[in-house]
Amino acid sequence: MLDILLERFNYIPIILLMMTGLYVVFATGNLVKRLVGLSLFQTSVFLLYITMAKVFGGQPPIIAEAHGEDHAVAAAGHGAAAAEAVLYSNPLPHVLILTAIVVGVATLAVGLALVVRIREAYGSIEDDALNTADYSRDTGAAG
Amino acid sequence: MDILAHLLPAGIAAHASVLLVVIPLILAPIAALMPSGRIAWAISLLAAILVALLALVLLGEVSQDGVVSYHLGGWAPPLGIEYRVDALNIPILLLVGFVGLLCTIYALPSVADEIEPGKQPMFYSAFLVCFTGLLGVTITGDAFNVFVFLEITSLSTYTLVAMGGGKDRRALTASYNYLILGTIGATFFVIGVGFLYMATGTLNMVDIARVLAENGHTRVTEAAFAFIVVGLGLKAAMFPLHVWLPNAYAFAPNFVTAFLASTATKVAFYILIRFLFSIFHPDVSFVAASFTWIFAVLGTVGMIVASAQAIFQTDPRRLLAYSSVAQVGYMMLGLGMGTKAGLSAGLLHLMNHAMMKGALFMALGAFALKFGVRSISSLNGLGRTMPVAASAFTIAGLSLVGVPLTVGFTSKWYLILAALDRDWWWAVAALIGSSLLALVYVGRMLMAIWMEAPPAHHGKAVAKTRAPWAVVMPMSILALANVYFFFNADPLVHLANAAAEAVMGGR
Repeated sequence: MLDILLERFNYIPIILLMMTGLYVVFATGNLVKRLVGLSLFQTSVFLLYITMAKVFGGQPPIIAEAHGEDHAVAAAGHGAAAAEAVLYSNPLPHVLILTAIVVGVATLAVGLALVVRIREAYGSIEDDALNTADYSRDTGAAG
Repeated sequence: MDILAHLLPAGIAAHASVLLVVIPLILAPIAALMPSGRIAWAISLLAAILVALLALVLLGEVSQDGVVSYHLGGWAPPLGIEYRVDALNIPILLLVGFVGLLCTIYALPSVADEIEPGKQPMFYSAFLVCFTGLLGVTITGDAFNVFVFLEITSLSTYTLVAMGGGKDRRALTASYNYLILGTIGATFFVIGVGFLYMATGTLNMVDIARVLAENGHTRVTEAAFAFIVVGLGLKAAMFPLHVWLPNAYAFAPNFVTAFLASTATKVAFYILIRFLFSIFHPDVSFVAASFTWIFAVLGTVGMIVASAQAIFQTDPRRLLAYSSVAQVGYMMLGLGMGTKAGLSAGLLHLMNHAMMKGALFMALGAFALKFGVRSISSLNGLGRTMPVAASAFTIAGLSLVGVPLTVGFTSKWYLILAALDRDWWWAVAALIGSSLLALVYVGRMLMAIWMEAPPAHHGKAVAKTRAPWAVVMPMSILALANVYFFFNADPLVHLANAAAEAVMGGR
């Protein structure tokens, strides 16, 4: 059991962060804190991708000499299958995560902008207060 | 079909797949810079027309060659990103293209009425970005690319929904909740794609499928499957992951609701089918088990529960939103049968539902434009005041119930046949039960429209009025399509069958 965990030690902090983030999203009633939890959750996934790119003993995937044939091989997505004898780490997940980071930043920005507008419209950013404000007088059933 | 493939010069047609995504993407910032909403609308209309045209060209090419594969930047797959159009996604592309075009026409009066003039150019820009994302999700053959386009769609959708905040502040909280759940869904999806990449070392869908078929499945791919199903289920508003949908549809601007109801959940459902059938194979034991025990069961429960919830709604848009969740249940049931007939019926219902809900929400928008609709009682007597919109609403409403002479009947008929084929009598019973519930909630609205006294002003009935042509035209086209495709069901049935055939082979 311990061996299994130690072999996969990199996943332990990732899972902890992921669950913390998800728990914060569900547990808090404060809209900003909920976004913080959401960001934590997303960031833990970035780590998941980045650790999967690591190849033990692998070099940074930068080819010093002229590029040509090697170029295609190194990018082949199988870090271990890199050119002659030189072992490279897999660069692709990093590139993917750059995109995902941009998505995360945009999500956070849109979320915070919404919170600002909610605060202007309701005067509160607490979930309970928002529900009371909307549904204590309204006939429609709450979602 | 030959004519379609030659609609455009060969040089342009060769790049049709990528132009489909790039045109609305490039026009989006241009629309944002325009001084007035009208010009921005014209730009959106241009984008929508070009997209519909390109979708037709692609239909022509697909029916000739079977699969159209476009290599982005000349990098051959599986290393490069591939845009891939085949029999499964061409119906979805056509759907998004044409419904998008009709919705864009409809947008002009609706947006002018609901959005502040200064924000209209930005609004159209956000719409074009959303449109780009939907097309991108549909056309791409790269699993990570799907995530990027999903988030492009979702982020712009959050803004579009929140734009209803000027009228009703609940749009803001609806949009916020949608953002939280949508992001959790997208993140689950991206975890799943990560696991798939770990197991296969590739992101190209065809290549993933090939490696999975060669290497077989492990615990990692099973986990990937679970994450992807939950993530896309959230985006597609599959019961019970639908809680974000009713409020988002009820408080968004009318145009946004009409557009999203007929395209966004459909595209999410398509990509789910793509993952379930093209990447994971329906013959694999855990996939087959999920069909019977997750999709069919939850689909059936959703169909009944969401329809029952719809009956108790007072706001017509919320009512139709719950009905949308129920209709996703029909599609899940079709998919869950795991047979070609079932999948084909599910896809047929997907296309038909886009026509019904598009027409219904457009008609509600037409009512809202003149009278403001907050509850079912505000529909009272509109049959006499706005006969055209009320007729369109009635036709689409009957189609939603599944009355013969409308497409709703056609797709429910095929669903029942597919269920009988598998001897799923309980599914037939649930289909009929859910249709009866639909009769109740649609009946409530139709009774108000046709039976009650028309709205009065100082004791005098309000004079007959008509929505602007830009509302009437797309609304009538969609409503008449509901009838036309009953009598001429072959084109749609053919598309759905070809799609099911493409992913399921000869079985």
